[in-house]
Amino acid sequence: MIYLKAFLAGGLICALSQILIDRTRLTPARILSAYVVLGVALTGLGVWEPVVRFAGCGATVPLMGFGYAMAQGVKSAVAESGLLGAFTGGLTATAGGVAAAVLFSLLAAVFFSAGDRS
Amino acid sequence: MKFNRKEYQALYQKASPSSPSLRNVPAAFVTGGVICALGQALKTVFLAAGLEDQAAGTAVSCALIFLGVALTAARLFEKLAKWAGAGTLVPITGFANAIAAPAMEFKTEGFVLGTCVKMFSIAGPVLTFGISASVIYGVLFWLLGGAA
Amino acid sequence: MRRKGDTVFFDEPVWVESCAAVGGKKEGEGPLGARFDETGPDNRFGQKTWEKAEKRMIELTCTHALSKADVLPTAVSCALGGDLLNQCISSAFAIRGLGVPYLGLYGACSTMAEGLLLGAALIAGGFANRTLCLASSHFCSAERQYRYPLEYGGQRPPCAQWTATACGAVLLRREKAKVAVTAATPGRIYDPGVTDSANMGAAMAQSAYETLRIYFRDSSTAPADYDLILTGDLASVGHGLVRQLFAADGTPLGENYQDCGMLLYGPEQDVHAGASGCGCSAAVLCGSVLPDLAAGRLKTVLFCGTGALMSPTSANQGESIPGICHLVRLEGGK
Repeated sequence: MIYLKAFLAGGLICALSQILIDRTRLTPARILSAYVVLGVALTGLGVWEPVVRFAGCGATVPLMGFGYAMAQGVKSAVAESGLLGAFTGGLTATAGGVAAAVLFSLLAAVFFSAGDRS
Repeated sequence: MKFNRKEYQALYQKASPSSPSLRNVPAAFVTGGVICALGQALKTVFLAAGLEDQAAGTAVSCALIFLGVALTAARLFEKLAKWAGAGTLVPITGFANAIAAPAMEFKTEGFVLGTCVKMFSIAGPVLTFGISASVIYGVLFWLLGGAA
Repeated sequence: MRRKGDTVFFDEPVWVESCAAVGGKKEGEGPLGARFDETGPDNRFGQKTWEKAEKRMIELTCTHALSKADVLPTAVSCALGGDLLNQCISSAFAIRGLGVPYLGLYGACSTMAEGLLLGAALIAGGFANRTLCLASSHFCSAERQYRYPLEYGGQRPPCAQWTATACGAVLLRREKAKVAVTAATPGRIYDPGVTDSANMGAAMAQSAYETLRIYFRDSSTAPADYDLILTGDLASVGHGLVRQLFAADGTPLGENYQDCGMLLYGPEQDVHAGASGCGCSAAVLCGSVLPDLAAGRLKTVLFCGTGALMSPTSANQGESIPGICHLVRLEGGK
């Protein structure tokens, strides 16, 4: 069942990341950056595609999925429009997510403030 | 008594408690798994609504990003993340929080110089590395004849 | 005034006229909460930004200290103080309203001890009659400057410390009162090579040990001669390390050795290793130690403010964390 697979794969990725955080004290920005690059690389090597087919959102919702979407987008854009596609494909494929994050965050900043933490 | 740096390092590392991985890792597993399964459920809904596979994937991202930003705005994300750790950080919800949190935080310094400048202070590297990696991959793909 | 080694002995002591401590909500809920002059119902102190909240907290603390001594700001020769924010804005903005001469200090979490040392020296040297020494920190303003936005979802490692939302202020004067500043040792900087900015206790422990050792040598005294040796703010990791360093010398510290970072919050308050921030040692001093000295519950105290002299820039550039510790000897019931 795909939901169970998504749960298990996504959970496993997060659990491994937690071990990485606990052991190395890598900052979140570094880990997230590494995962996106890893997603691009694994997709390029043809490794991530089968994982996505197996685990669905378990492989696309973690940030490697962001890299996966970029690599997929680049691949089809290059196939369609050559070298120029290398520059347009990645952002085009992820434009929805980036635009959503920027707009929603801007709205959040307009209507809400950071709270106290104590 | 004099300790050299190496001896002192051994001393303080022994004195410093390590992160409670036995608690953190299962929490990250469960939270991360639930978020991904939720994404899968959303995808089923979007597919049923007639979206193509790729569009449904984008819609799932947007929906989870909305969830991440909404939890941040409601001041709940930080409380959840304190428990869940990588479970909320690694899914796309973490990316949303990384943009929403500084956007809200630095509005006291104005919308342009505060919110808009600082909103990429954590997520900026993710975008920079992601975009650069995808372009490099695209060029390699093109050189290896992928366009054919 | 007499100097021996690094230590200045005030043969004619400088006296503590009054002191005040104000804390935030979490601090009010802690074990010392009842001893503060005021605690905020939240950490905003009625202000729109955290920086303004911290400034307001400092103003309240100064007001309490002045009114307890029943003196007007015009009677203050000089205010010495600082906080954790860039360019020490919250102290400067708070003192702006008082209209007293001001010397801004930055000693990270050692600021209160640094202020007391300098404030006492100014009076002993004849440069001032009455000095107002203060230090403050605010969790929210420090967090957004040094670490992450408040709503950012991250986990703190167990050796991390919680920046206290607190402020302490002391009025020193030349005329006799109940509690005296009788000696002070300005600290040297020690850097044991710790690069983990979440482990400042380890970075500062060595400087606390070295300053204490220098002081014991200069004063020909031993740890057992004091009712209380109080470092601040090493928290549990650094506190344990100082014990280990003294134990390795064959002069183990007894129960009289405590740390401000372990006194401000209770074990259930989820602050990991303990408290930090200039306001922590300042508020513990002004809320608990000085009143205890004045009441005769304590006789001799070594107050050792410890500071980690790093910034996000130096941390990002891979520099290790230099530590410093200033010592002030306080005596009651003279």
